[in-house]
Amino acid sequence: MNMERNLHYVATKRRVREDKRFVTGQGKYVQDVNLPDTKHAAVLPSPYPRARILSIETAAAEALDGVQMVLTGAQLAEDCNPIRLGLKLPEINWYPLAVGMTCYVGEWVAIVVADNAYIAEDALDLIEVDYEPLQPIVDPEQAFDETELLVHPGHGSNVLYHGNFLWGDVDSDFAGADDNLSFRARWGRSSTVPIETFGALARWDEGTEILDIWASIQMPNFVELMASTLGYPLNCIRLHQDVDVGGSYGVKRGIKQSVLVGYLSRKLRVPVRFIEDRLANMAGSDAHGPDRIFDTEVAFNKDGVIKSIKIRALDDAGAYPGRAPFQLAKPISAIVGPYKINSVKYEAISVCTNKSGQVPVRGFGQAPTNYMIEMAVDNVARHLGLDRLEIRRRNLIQPDEFPYQIPPGSKYDSGNYPVVLQKGLDLAGYDELLARRDKARAEGRLAGIGIATVLEPGGGNNIFEYLMDPSAEITTFMEGCEVRVDAQGNITGIMGTTTSGQGHETMMATILGEELQIDPDEIRIVHSDSLNALPTRSPIASRMAIMLGSAAAGAAGKIKDRAMAIAAHNLDRPVAELEYSGGTISDRNDPGHKLTWAEVCFIAYRAYHKLPDGMEPGFQAQYVFQVPGGGQLPDENNRVQVYPCFSFQAHVPYVEIDPGTGRVSVLDYAIAHDCGTVINPDIVRGMVIGGLAHGIGAALYEKFAYDDEGQFLSATFADYLMPSVHEIPDVKDVEHCTPSPLTSHGQKGSGEGGYLGAPAAIASAVNDALHPLGLHISELPMRMHKIEALINDGNT
Amino acid sequence: MSEAMRKIEISLTINGRTQTLAVEPRLSLSDMLRDELRLNGTHIGCEHGVCGACSILLDGVPIRSCLMLAVQADGHQITTVEGMCNEDQTPGILQEAFQDAHGMQCGYCTPGMLISAQALLTANNDPSLEEIKDAIGGNLCRCTGYTQIIESIQLAASRMREAG
Repeated sequence: MNMERNLHYVATKRRVREDKRFVTGQGKYVQDVNLPDTKHAAVLPSPYPRARILSIETAAAEALDGVQMVLTGAQLAEDCNPIRLGLKLPEINWYPLAVGMTCYVGEWVAIVVADNAYIAEDALDLIEVDYEPLQPIVDPEQAFDETELLVHPGHGSNVLYHGNFLWGDVDSDFAGADDNLSFRARWGRSSTVPIETFGALARWDEGTEILDIWASIQMPNFVELMASTLGYPLNCIRLHQDVDVGGSYGVKRGIKQSVLVGYLSRKLRVPVRFIEDRLANMAGSDAHGPDRIFDTEVAFNKDGVIKSIKIRALDDAGAYPGRAPFQLAKPISAIVGPYKINSVKYEAISVCTNKSGQVPVRGFGQAPTNYMIEMAVDNVARHLGLDRLEIRRRNLIQPDEFPYQIPPGSKYDSGNYPVVLQKGLDLAGYDELLARRDKARAEGRLAGIGIATVLEPGGGNNIFEYLMDPSAEITTFMEGCEVRVDAQGNITGIMGTTTSGQGHETMMATILGEELQIDPDEIRIVHSDSLNALPTRSPIASRMAIMLGSAAAGAAGKIKDRAMAIAAHNLDRPVAELEYSGGTISDRNDPGHKLTWAEVCFIAYRAYHKLPDGMEPGFQAQYVFQVPGGGQLPDENNRVQVYPCFSFQAHVPYVEIDPGTGRVSVLDYAIAHDCGTVINPDIVRGMVIGGLAHGIGAALYEKFAYDDEGQFLSATFADYLMPSVHEIPDVKDVEHCTPSPLTSHGQKGSGEGGYLGAPAAIASAVNDALHPLGLHISELPMRMHKIEALINDGNT
Repeated sequence: MSEAMRKIEISLTINGRTQTLAVEPRLSLSDMLRDELRLNGTHIGCEHGVCGACSILLDGVPIRSCLMLAVQADGHQITTVEGMCNEDQTPGILQEAFQDAHGMQCGYCTPGMLISAQALLTANNDPSLEEIKDAIGGNLCRCTGYTQIIESIQLAASRMREAG
């Protein structure tokens, strides 16, 4: 990597190429894919959180004109395998439809296929299910202790995972510290909730014996899971990845939906499409995120230096765990945040309850963990009467300490945390903000400033799975890029995965253009289908700039090498004496002695006699980038590099609270952000601010609520509250660049954006506002009725 | 055929073109636009009138096409995002501004945002920040946090003022 070189396209404001199709209504989402003779599916949800299915009467529905088929779980289970779970839990059989028993409100009990979606929904009303309701398990702490009332009786308990990790000498650090404190923090059941629901379309082709699928997905193991569930070979499924995904931020998994349409298409020999309606999506799809109780103890000295931390995290995974338990393990990559904490004890527990299953959400467990870490730091500051900035300055890792290895083994690649924090404070106008807060308080209002300094691990890696399950020896998390140059010299970059708003096409074109010195607007970018794709792990884990970006740079390098070899052969000069400039290759000492890009391409495709001996004809390159720091198993103390790159953010919001209603208004917000080299400034800024808005939602409004009987209360957008433009303040943002030494251009991850810090920052601000009343809230979302009750009754 | 399924003939003007269709009385306007006319730019997000992704202009006023039946649109003028393009199908001023200020990410809420912003700017090409917020207050976006959407609308407004 050469950080000093002059960049032409990277880090320059340029249009995002995806935007044109979106503003003209030409985006191609799964709902826009039209195949002849397509039939439409609708699902029947369970009204009970836990019930035995005694019988399902489908005859009346099947008799309805236009209905092709009604499928129940019992029929489906005869022909397919349970969906493979992340952890090996052989007694938990997860099928796309309930089999014999429903485990949460909204679980799909049957699916109808009809000529159109209206008829399919009519038919749902004609299905009669005889349920025997049973007592549900709703509270996660009760679920943990429970021995009789089990979500999955065959499993023997409600505990999906219970692990203890110890990194460093926690006992002696606690014994040696001046003081310690403990607290409980509760992260509410919220999620990303894209505006597009999940959709899938499948077409079984008997002639080729290939199942084509178009789906609104963002998921690394999608095709593998479909194949294993349907019992097909992997190469029997062709996922079309050139569909635009209408938002995902982690949740668009869609495995059960896709298995259903795939199964039905083969059964009926017609294309089958299932587009979730919002009710099906909120209650029974891939919607819910982490729901976590932290019990934390911190040991620290009187000067505010934090020595050690003990964390117990109990997470409610809902009825079917999928990859949910791993959201407890990924945060191990940054379990001490940006702070020099000497030792860590971490107890991680995942339980199941009779709720909709938890799916991966933006940050994969990092946002709740950051919320807890920042609360720990704030609580220590308050306990010592120390300023919240001062305690951070005393504990932050310093710029000369990188790469910095934390107790669980990850090395943070680079950073300058004190400078970025200062940039955030300067941007916020911190002194004036303090004066504004104090003036508001003097006028009898509740006002507070939030501080959060948090990390965004980026790049992915699956090694956290091994920490939970040592049979999962997965030490790569690669991403491939292919570059093809055609006989005319046009360049096409090929990615092997979908995109869901992160602008991957722009990012990839920018890097290819930078490396090949060609205007990125002249480079075409396409998404291959899964049968044509190089290895990919999909756009999760804030990884595409790091991984696909570095793979693109690698592939471009191979293209350049090939062009240089062809030129060296034809110009009769050694490569070292040649210079590459915008595709033309010339003799450094005799610039007129050159080969143009068109000539190179002609030789590659047409003039085999002019190719160097042994070179294959044609002009293409593939590069598969291995995740930096991957390839290692944990040592005997469970120490390992989890993610490779660590971005940093400093958040400074200002809030006021109406003491009568408890309503929190976020009036100002400053964020300083360092993700290394920014490839496209507009894209990064959008994800930072968008993530931040999403974090404000998680902090103040959003909740998938259940009552004590397990009934679901948040099935619509009128109940699950998401911030509109009126709830989001005017955000001030500033970038800082500490390049990563591990990537092609110094870039780090930014897709998880402000979401990893905003909930912590808003909580910090609300607690600052409540502090003069001697009150504190440590539960999200901080909805107005909670705060009102706290202010007026002293309880939540 | 039941009464509910009997098709009713309607005539309406969509993006400047008058069309006559026979539709079931229960067909929603959004489904008619998408499934009968293949105007796929109109997106469906919630089907209960909260998210605003399905917004279109009905006689110049932004409405939620998921909350209206196709038959209710009989005799009316409709503009969808496709109709916001210039006659040669190139993007209009507002659509260009959304690209220049990157007022979107996944693009799913974008057509509805554009419709709401177009209605605002047609009436007022010098809107205040609060007027912009009020105009798009009924359109949810999960990607952007709205900042770049507001900036896109402000950019379009300034270009419209320059163009007179």
